[in-house]
Amino acid sequence: MHHRSATTESAPVRWLLIGLALLALSLFLLLPLLAVFVEALRRGTDVFCAALVSPSALSAVRLTLTAAAVAVPLNTVFGVAAAWAVTKHQFRGRALLLSLIDLPFAVSPVIAGLVWVLLFGARGWFGPWLADHNIQIIFELPGIILATVFVTFPFVARELIPLMEAQGSDQEMAAVTLGASGWQMFRRITLPNIKWGLLYGVLLCNARAMGEFGAVSVVSGHIRGKTNTLPLHIEVLYNEYQFSAAFACATLLGLLALLTLGLKSAVEQFTHQRASRRI
Amino acid sequence: MSKHRVIPGFGLSLGFTVTYLSLIILIPLAALFVKAGGLGPAEWWRILSAPRVLAAAKLTFGASAAAAMVSVVVGLLVTWVLVRYRFPGRRLLDAMVDLPFALPTAVAGITLTSIYAPNGWIGQYLAGWGIQGAYSPFGVFIALTFIGFPFVVRTVQPVLEDLGTELEEAAATLGAGRLTVFCRVILPALLPALITGFTLAFARAIGEYGSVIFISGNLPMKTEILPLLIVAQLEQYKYRDAAVIAAGMLIVSFALLFLINLLQRQLNWHKR
Amino acid sequence: MSISIQSIHKTFGTYTALDDISLEVPDGSLTALLGPSGSGKTTLLRIVAGLEMADPGSGRILFHGNDVSEVTAGKRGVGFVFQHYALFPHMTIAQNIAFGLDVMPRDRRLNRAEIRERVGELLRLVRLEGLDKRRPNELSGGQRQRVALARALAIRPKVLLLDEPFGALDAQVRKELRRWLRQFHDEINLTTLFVTHDQEEALELADQVVVMRNARIEQTGTPQDIYDEPRTSFVYEFLGEVNKLPDGRYIRPHEIELRFAAEEGVDVTGRVSHLFVAGPFARVSVSPEHGRRGELEVWASRDQVEEMALANGDVIGLHFPSVKKPG
Repeated sequence: MHHRSATTESAPVRWLLIGLALLALSLFLLLPLLAVFVEALRRGTDVFCAALVSPSALSAVRLTLTAAAVAVPLNTVFGVAAAWAVTKHQFRGRALLLSLIDLPFAVSPVIAGLVWVLLFGARGWFGPWLADHNIQIIFELPGIILATVFVTFPFVARELIPLMEAQGSDQEMAAVTLGASGWQMFRRITLPNIKWGLLYGVLLCNARAMGEFGAVSVVSGHIRGKTNTLPLHIEVLYNEYQFSAAFACATLLGLLALLTLGLKSAVEQFTHQRASRRI
Repeated sequence: MSKHRVIPGFGLSLGFTVTYLSLIILIPLAALFVKAGGLGPAEWWRILSAPRVLAAAKLTFGASAAAAMVSVVVGLLVTWVLVRYRFPGRRLLDAMVDLPFALPTAVAGITLTSIYAPNGWIGQYLAGWGIQGAYSPFGVFIALTFIGFPFVVRTVQPVLEDLGTELEEAAATLGAGRLTVFCRVILPALLPALITGFTLAFARAIGEYGSVIFISGNLPMKTEILPLLIVAQLEQYKYRDAAVIAAGMLIVSFALLFLINLLQRQLNWHKR
Repeated sequence: MSISIQSIHKTFGTYTALDDISLEVPDGSLTALLGPSGSGKTTLLRIVAGLEMADPGSGRILFHGNDVSEVTAGKRGVGFVFQHYALFPHMTIAQNIAFGLDVMPRDRRLNRAEIRERVGELLRLVRLEGLDKRRPNELSGGQRQRVALARALAIRPKVLLLDEPFGALDAQVRKELRRWLRQFHDEINLTTLFVTHDQEEALELADQVVVMRNARIEQTGTPQDIYDEPRTSFVYEFLGEVNKLPDGRYIRPHEIELRFAAEEGVDVTGRVSHLFVAGPFARVSVSPEHGRRGELEVWASRDQVEEMALANGDVIGLHFPSVKKPG
C-alpha cells in the first residue's frame, strides 16, 4: 500500500526520513550496545575472563538468579490470576483494580526499595520485632527479593490482560456447556490460547528482575560477595574505576537483553503467523 | 449482579490478586504515606523547601519533561519510518527499539557515560562544540530520552498501523497536499497515542535512577536527581526526610499523570 | 424434552434485558426467538443454557418439569452453539468434537475407542467426514458451524440452543444450511431453541416463533399465525413487508388488489411509480393521489399486470379487502 503515490512521500523525502531514523537509532541504540562490548574487551580477553570468574562476580550472578527465580514465578502466578479475575468476570471495582495493577509503573525503583526499608529496616515499623526474633530482611536476600517483586509486579499481568480481553470468554463458555471443570477449562482452553503472551510477559519480567538496579540498591547494603546482585556488582566495580571489569560483567546483562529481544521477536513472528492464518 | 458465576475461579483469582496486590504494593506504599504524613505540614515544608531538594526537583521534572518531549519527536519519526517504509534491516531495527526496555539500567548508565564522556565516542565531538555530555544536566536528559522513546514508538505504532491509508487517500482526492494531509489528518489521529507515549516516557523518567546516576555526576544543587537524593538521605539514616521526599514525588507525579489523563479524555471526547 | 420458562427477569445494572418472560417450548419442537438486536433474545437463550443467571428471586427454568434454575451450565445437559462458533483453535476438528466427552468424570467417561467411534458418527451426521484432522482455521464458515453443532451434540444434550446460527455466514451458505438444519432437526428430533433477527429464517425454519421486543415477548405462535394474525403493530412491521395506512391500519402487499381506477370498490387511486416483474410475480409501487404520503407496495401476479397492460406512470385503483387494525 506504500506504493500508492497519493499516500506516500517523494523518494528523496522518504530516504531522508529513513536516514534520519537510522541515524537516531544507531546513535541511540547500537552505539551504546557496541560500547559495552568494546569497553569490556579494551584491556584484552584475560582481564575480561578474570572479571567474569572472580568469586564476587560469581556470587553476584548466583544472587541475581536466585532473586529472579523467586520473583518471576510469583509475579507469573499473580499475572495469570489477575488477568483471569479481570478479563473473565465483571465486578464492581474492576477499573480501580486495573489501575492499581499499573501503579508500580509510576513508582520510582528507589521508592520501591525505600518502602521495604521503612517497613523492615532497623528503624522501620517491624524493625525492632524482627531484631528481637533475629530475622534479617533488609540488607539480606529477602529484602532483595521483595524489592525485585515490587518492581516486576505488573509485567505478566500487563501482557495478559489485553490479550485475554481481546479473546473474550466464548471459548471458556463453550467449555462450560460441554461440562469441563474449572481446571480442565484453564489447562485445555485458556492456557493454550495465552501461552505465547504468557511467555512474552515472563521474558520481560525476567529481564527486569535480573537487571533491576535502583530498588535492589536501596535494600541490599552493597555487601560484596553477599548481597550484591550483578547490576550492583557492576556499580561497585565502576565506582572503583575497574572499568573493564565493570563492562565485562555488563556484557552478561547485555547478552541477556539481546536474548530477550531475540526471543521476543521470535515469539511475535510466530504468533503473527498464527494470527494471520486464523481468519 | 448475580452471585452465581458461569466461569469458575472468580473468588480464588480475585482473592489472590487483591491479597498479593495489598501485600506487595498497597501496604508498603501506605506505610510510606503514613510515615511521611505523620510529620505534619511544618516538617514537610522544612524538608521540601530545602534548596537542595528544590534544585533536584527542578532537574528531575524539567529533564523528564524535555526528554519525554524529544522522545515524542524521535519516536514519531522512528514509528513513521518503521510502519510506512520498507527498507533492508527494518525488522532488526523494529526489534532493537525495545533495547532500552530490556537493557538493565545500570548497563545503560555506564555505557551512555562512556560514550558521552568528554573523551567518549560522541562526547569528544560535543566537547569540540563546547557542550558537556556526561556529568551535566544534558547528560541526565540524554539518559532519560534513551529510556523514554521506546514508550512512544510502542504506543504510536499500533495506532499508525491501524490508521491505514484510506483517510489519507480521501484527503488526497480532495486536493490536500502531503504536508497538509500529515498535519490535518494523520497527526490529529495519532495525538491521543502520542500523549499516552509522552505520559509513559515522562512517568518512567521521573523515577529513573540506574541509567542517570552514572552519567549525571551527582553534584548536589547541579546534577542531582530526586531518586538519588532519597538514597542520599537513606544513607544518612534520615528516614523521615527520605519518606517525605518520596511521598512528595509520588504525589506530584500522580497529579501530573492524572492531569494528562484528563487532557487525554478531553481530546477523545472532542473526537467522538 | 420440553423447556418451560416461567416469569424470568434479568437486569444488567439499570438496564432491563428481560422483563417477566414466560414461554413453553414443547418437546421436540424447533422454536425461534425472533427480534431486533437489544430485544433480549440472546440473553434469554443464555439464561436457558445457564450461561447467565436470571435475577435472584425472579422466575424458574424447567426442563421436562424439573427446576434447573440453580443447575450450572455444565450440568444442565444443553448443547450450545455460539454465534461465532467458539471452536478451540489449537485443537483438531476431532479433538474439538471429542472435548465434551474427554472432560467427563472418569466414571462416566467412554473409553478411547468409543469416543473415536462417536466422533466418527457425528462427523458423518454433519457431513464432514474426512476433515477430522483439520483445524478450525482451515474450514469454511459453514463447515465450522457444523463442527460447532457436532461438538454440542457429542454430549447427547437434552436440548439444543443456537445463538444466531447463520449470522456469520454469507447469503448463499445461509440458505443451504437453513434447509439442512430443518431436515437435520426432523431426523434427530431434539428440542431446539434458536435466536435470530432474520424474520425469513424464523418463518421458514421454526415450528414456533417467539417475537421479542424491548425485553418482552410480543407474540408467540406458529409461523402462519404470526404472519397472518399479528397482534401488535410491531409484529406487523417486523414480519414481512407491510403497508401502513394513514389511519394506523396495516395491509400486506399481497392482500391489496389491483383494479382500474374507475372500477367499483376502489379504496385509493394512485400512480404506478415502479414496476418490477420477476417470474410469475410482479411488484408494483404505487404513489397514492390526493396528497397522501408514502408509497404502497403491491404484489400481484404477472398475468394480471400483463392483462391490465400496466406501465410506469399509469393511474390505477387499489382495493383493500381485509384491512386489520392490531390491538
